[in-house]
Amino acid sequence: MILLRLMYEFCKTGLFAVGGGLATLPFLYEMAEKTGWFTNQDILNLVAISESTPGAIGINMSTYVGFLTSGIPGAICATLALAFPSIVIIVLVAKCMEQFKNSPIVAAVFKALRPASTGLILAASLSVAQLAFFKGEWSGFSQIGSFLATINLPAIVLAVALFAFMRKFKMHPIAYIGIAAAIGLIFQM
Amino acid sequence: MKELWKLYRVFFSIGICTFGGGYAMLSLLQRVIVEQYHWASEEELMDYYAIGQCTPGIIALNTSTFIGYKYKKLPGAITATLGFLSPSILIIVLIAAFMTNYASLPVVNHAFAGIRICVCALILDAVLKLGKKSIVDKSSVIIFLVVVGLAAFTNISTILLVIAAGIAGYLIYYVMGSKRA
Repeated sequence: MILLRLMYEFCKTGLFAVGGGLATLPFLYEMAEKTGWFTNQDILNLVAISESTPGAIGINMSTYVGFLTSGIPGAICATLALAFPSIVIIVLVAKCMEQFKNSPIVAAVFKALRPASTGLILAASLSVAQLAFFKGEWSGFSQIGSFLATINLPAIVLAVALFAFMRKFKMHPIAYIGIAAAIGLIFQM
Repeated sequence: MKELWKLYRVFFSIGICTFGGGYAMLSLLQRVIVEQYHWASEEELMDYYAIGQCTPGIIALNTSTFIGYKYKKLPGAITATLGFLSPSILIIVLIAAFMTNYASLPVVNHAFAGIRICVCALILDAVLKLGKKSIVDKSSVIIFLVVVGLAAFTNISTILLVIAAGIAGYLIYYVMGSKRA
């Protein structure tokens, strides 16, 4: 019974959370409050774990909550329920796109969606970069001194070096991830 | 069947190598799906991201479903998505069962401090590749700059931005484009 409820809750999350994995967070807080399956402290812990493991954050959080609630069956049910609306909706959209593949109107729309899509990805990465390159709170640009103090200089040096390597040697992305993890460990970043 | 199994394996490995989420996954998709297996083009990836960001569901799942569908219709869509989430289930269950202090281990924190920085560089590299294909004329430069500005510095929703860009495309490339021709 609890598995059905779990699937219902995560299906709802998959249906209404739009965007990146953290969009699922408000749904988890609501779920915690309504069902009492887990506490707000659990949520903080599961965000930390989801961010420090491979896989998309939203999926990892669903698996974790499912496991907390009813073990391995719960983990599997919650994760599949989260994915279910995505599969249905995207398959429908993809079918529509196939149908209108040769329409000049659709071609015109997508010609503009591509630079927009590129821009959205860049903008989203800025918030990731902010976390990686600045530490702690900063009180605005007005105080240059305090602004400079928040810059994480080693992080910026590492990023520039990695980026230069990426442009020069076309290695598999996981190679750079491995190198960066090793550097983080060696220099205790 | 053999092809579906391959699709599953490829997305399983993408799931293991993705650190972060849908955006971090982009450089892997370019490398593995576009360059290695040719299951989608760079342009199609951009289309999938544009739609995946403004339809329900998290971006990584939406993109996996799109690529799977393009390769093998509905069975492909299901297989790719299951492949992508399988490693998450395995890894998270192991951690939740045996290592509840995982996120506070110094080893994990140091490694992920490095990985997060790498993910930024990877996304930037991926965006440059996309930009080469998507920013091709004056109109697209303007659309790109406006979207970056609005998405980074205002709270306007992604859905609105995507719809507005689509309408702009219709007007610029279809209505005005056909008049000129």
